[in-house]
Amino acid sequence: MARQAPVRDVAPTVQRLRLRYAKRGRLRFSSHRDFQRALERALRRAEIPMAFSAGFSPHPKVSYANSAPTGVASEAEYVEIGVTERCDPGAVQAALDEALPPGLDIVEVVEAHTPDFVQRLEASIWQIELPGLGVTEVEVAAQKLMGQGEVTVERLTKNGVRSFDARGPVISLVVESGPECAILRAVVRHATPSVRPDDVLTALRQVADLVPPAPPKVTRLAQGPLDPDGATVGDPFTPDRAPLAAAKT
Amino acid sequence: MTVSDLVRRGVSVFDQLEVLLPLVNKPIQYVGGELNATLKDWDAVQVRWVLMYPDAYEVGAPNQGVQILYEVINERDDALAERTYAIWPDLEALMREANVPQFTVDGHRPVGDFDIFGLSFSTELGYTNMLSALSLANIPLLAADRDDSHPIVVAGGHAAFNPEPIADFIDAAVLGDGEEAVLLITDITRDWKQAGCPGGRAGLLFELAKTGVIYVPALYEVEYLEDGRIQRVTPTAPEVPWRVRKHTLMDLDSWPYPKQPLVPLAETVHERMSVEIFRGCTRGCRFCQAGMITRPVRERSITGIAAMVEDGLKKTGYEEVGLLSLSSADHSEIGDIARNLADRYEGSQTALSLPSTRVDAFNVDLANELSRNGRRSGLTFAPEGGSERMRKVINKQVTEEDLIRTVTTAYSAGWRQVKLYFMCGLPTETDEDVLQIAQLARDVIKAGREATGSRDIKCTVSIGGFVPKPHTPFQWAAQLDHETTDSRLAKLRDAIRSDRNYGKAIGIRYHDGKPGIVEGLLSRGDRRVGAVILAAWQDGARFDGWSEHFSYDRWMGAAQRAFAGQVVDVNWYTTRERMKTEVLPWDHLDSGLDSDWLWEDWQAALDEVAIDDCRWTPCFDCGVCDQMDTEIQVGPTGVTDLPMPKVPDHAPVAERNAQLPN
Repeated sequence: MARQAPVRDVAPTVQRLRLRYAKRGRLRFSSHRDFQRALERALRRAEIPMAFSAGFSPHPKVSYANSAPTGVASEAEYVEIGVTERCDPGAVQAALDEALPPGLDIVEVVEAHTPDFVQRLEASIWQIELPGLGVTEVEVAAQKLMGQGEVTVERLTKNGVRSFDARGPVISLVVESGPECAILRAVVRHATPSVRPDDVLTALRQVADLVPPAPPKVTRLAQGPLDPDGATVGDPFTPDRAPLAAAKT
Repeated sequence: MTVSDLVRRGVSVFDQLEVLLPLVNKPIQYVGGELNATLKDWDAVQVRWVLMYPDAYEVGAPNQGVQILYEVINERDDALAERTYAIWPDLEALMREANVPQFTVDGHRPVGDFDIFGLSFSTELGYTNMLSALSLANIPLLAADRDDSHPIVVAGGHAAFNPEPIADFIDAAVLGDGEEAVLLITDITRDWKQAGCPGGRAGLLFELAKTGVIYVPALYEVEYLEDGRIQRVTPTAPEVPWRVRKHTLMDLDSWPYPKQPLVPLAETVHERMSVEIFRGCTRGCRFCQAGMITRPVRERSITGIAAMVEDGLKKTGYEEVGLLSLSSADHSEIGDIARNLADRYEGSQTALSLPSTRVDAFNVDLANELSRNGRRSGLTFAPEGGSERMRKVINKQVTEEDLIRTVTTAYSAGWRQVKLYFMCGLPTETDEDVLQIAQLARDVIKAGREATGSRDIKCTVSIGGFVPKPHTPFQWAAQLDHETTDSRLAKLRDAIRSDRNYGKAIGIRYHDGKPGIVEGLLSRGDRRVGAVILAAWQDGARFDGWSEHFSYDRWMGAAQRAFAGQVVDVNWYTTRERMKTEVLPWDHLDSGLDSDWLWEDWQAALDEVAIDDCRWTPCFDCGVCDQMDTEIQVGPTGVTDLPMPKVPDHAPVAERNAQLPN
């Protein structure tokens, strides 16, 4: 006797909200799944009127965009939620930030007015701190890598070892000097499979024998539409803010 | 002034740890930062506790005992408590290389810097993890080698009812409920420090021992007979009591802990909030150590439970609440509790669960109530013994008719899968008793098919190996050797698999008998077993509760070396039946149970005579209430309906008047 999913009234989604959050300090060691659990509990504590899916085990309507790897900090992670009552984005930002542990911080919330948000996340800016390395040696290595047409790296994934080009998606590499470290700023286009900061480091080791003596500290500074000329990325929330600005004038 | 006085204590080692974390599996388990965690100023308090659940974070973090003590201590102005857990071998190797000590997840402070190191042992298989933690903390493994700069190491939890195998490694042990015990230890330690630490470490331990409720193994001498048995256990000073009593917490409603349950970021084995609805059990199952050592039954009231559920959900955001106890369906108000909570949380996406394995239709009614609008996947029942005879021996008063009636009710109510728990290796058990499990499972499937008219009916049989435990009527029993355990289980498996009509509908789960022998050695061991634990740990034993880390051969090799030239061996501790006159290693530790009553109950088991539950029949003089000056505390309170909480019209973040453009 197979039981049917109970028919229940599912309150409709009346508003979609887009959240930008940061993963800071020691909480950069949380995985994507860790964040999902923390967010769903925070949504309950903050009493956000979440919309739920129907069916046997209803779950809150949350869509996650491409998340930074475990161990990588980020200033620009994105999530979209659906709610059953219209909410003030500022109030949601404050309530949710309060309900999340310090280090998982809600930076900004906007109401969604446009489709295709995930497609707008074309590229990321990664800041890679390389302790114990000098600016010059990193610069030399960076130039060597940028001079290559293609650099194949390998990475162990759930489906075994994959080989892919880690050079093509790299738009720019800029090196700055930091406290007892060199800081590499990489603008990387999102591709499939995605080229992550550790893939860029693998490529640097392969082409220039660049090996940091201690684990690098990586932070995603931004995600958004790629500005090919300036080799930078824009704010993906801009189109969602536009209707509001238009309504106010 | 010694060198250790010059070094500042309690300083975070997170910077040293941080560079290792990118190199290990699941680093989030080591960083802390849980919601509702407490981090206090090191210098603002006088007594500093570090609490350890000696298993991986994913198992230890949800542990209720540690969470309760953590809060009870941190509520005091003069004390703080932080937590530490067992470290996986990948990080352990890196920490040893980089000289990073065992740390707390709250302040990342070195464990060796605290005043008191409390460990909660739910199982003896955590002993080797204690040695790893001591070693990583740079605390000498042997209590005798420690000085005033080292923490006092205190063991608690169910396994502490026989701490003799770890007597050389711990400074003290606490039996029973920990809430008041940690407060007492904190008081004594604070007074001792304020008085200028008179007598040093030994002075403090002496003060603790004098209370009669804290066991300090070093203050007792054990003498042995030539044949290996214990001759006597004697206190070494007149102020030290002959027997140490367990702690019993009364009036659970005045101890509503944890008030703010921890919400880990890392995934754990229990992704839910737990509310303890009562403590203790007097069902009298003779194999069950928990039921024997936690008497009497003390219930939390329906209003106390509802308040903890509501408050806890607000503070945690969990989507599931488990109503915990040793047998939750036995709460005197459980019907009203289930109905009220189900009403209150209907439609709120909050799930309620009642871990109960009671074999009766009322239990199915409860499960139905709590799953009103959810999925009905599986229900678990625990007949424990395969044959009617076996169930009389273990005092599990369930007949085959009870079981069939219960599963019929469950399948009819839409439950599609039933799980049945049994044990193998019980006293007086034969192959035939175990093969009865196959017959029972067949009857269950047959009843299910008849009740539903469907063949989509499943039953899983789960079998655990029986290990005799201290302070139970079976403490004198011979443990079954692992070869016989394995052969009985193989016969059972063949009997189930070869059944053409029912075999495919019955799943069977069991483990081999070898880990049970090591658990048996550690459960009923005496101080001589400490050398085996040390040898096994030195040979690499860690995480012995995890099959991928456990090695039977390593333990047997360690036992062979440690017992060389002695009259005792592993079999002597495990498969040997004890006589009434034998001095048992835990006889000087008082669980309240009268030794004569335990022996009579053991004889009653052999005579296949059942005994009732004292909650609804007259007292049968197990000794606990008299000895411990306690009483059964059960309802009903008379409250049958709880007020429904006010639901706000709007979510707090909703716009009061929706005027923003769409």
